[in-house]
Amino acid sequence: MEALDGNAIGGLLLEVFGTEMTDAPTVCGNCGDARPVAELVVYLRAPGTIVRCRTCDSVLMAFVTVHDRMCVDLQGLAILG
Amino acid sequence: MAGTVLRRRLTWQVAKVSAVTTETASVRTITLDVPDWPGHQAGQHLDIRLTDEDGYVAERSYSIASAPGERVAITVEWLEDGEVSPYLTDELRTGDDLELRGPIGGYFTWEPGDGGPLLLLYSSRTLDDVIYRAEFDQPACGVEVIHTLTRHQPPGWAGYARRVDVALLAEAPWPAAEMPLAYACGPTSFVETASQALVQTGYPPERVKTERFGATGGT
Repeated sequence: MEALDGNAIGGLLLEVFGTEMTDAPTVCGNCGDARPVAELVVYLRAPGTIVRCRTCDSVLMAFVTVHDRMCVDLQGLAILG
Repeated sequence: MAGTVLRRRLTWQVAKVSAVTTETASVRTITLDVPDWPGHQAGQHLDIRLTDEDGYVAERSYSIASAPGERVAITVEWLEDGEVSPYLTDELRTGDDLELRGPIGGYFTWEPGDGGPLLLLYSSRTLDDVIYRAEFDQPACGVEVIHTLTRHQPPGWAGYARRVDVALLAEAPWPAAEMPLAYACGPTSFVETASQALVQTGYPPERVKTERFGATGGT
């Protein structure tokens, strides 16, 4: 499966956070790479949505929907927004 | 909650198809009446959601194809083995309902205040694959369009005839010294090649904005 980028989760993030997030700054919790959400590496059907660091490939965010409830894991990020 | 200001949240809504326009043999533009549309910026996209009779749901993102202030439109390419695009290009009719959410995006966007002039470098397989060709043949003042046709060129073709790479990007767009702002969008492999090549020709990475569409389309 080919990777997309953070633009592809703009709608999902709007649903989760209630605000536009593709331009929000992020810092990777593993390597410290700093870049906006739009530039992160995104896999839409991994299953679930997986967001990885463009530099070190660490998992930064994960979104999984189970029975209409979305589970959000942001543990890979040092900074978001 | 009394006294609490409720912000407008982005939610799914049902739009109505007001027109379907043929762009090329495999590409349609779908114009939509969206009841609750706050307006959009150039470069934003929207998400389409199709729900099967058995409840199976498929979602896809499409760039908004109309200018700010115009009625919302998306341009969709028919893809072999596509799950969503064949329905949108072949079966959807004027008057049909379509579920969507948007507008989305604040990174890959452009506003008139960002300045100009504007240059579009457009890579297509053949001249028949060029979308919005009539519009691009007579671009607005301050807009320049450069085509490259990667697979087949008509007799007498004076434009570029090769894929977008470092050599082409060193020649066709404005030099990095003029500090242009570049937007690269298309299939993921194309965007990787184009954005890395722009940086190699001297564009600062932060002046190259990217939007990857996945494996769809192609050049």
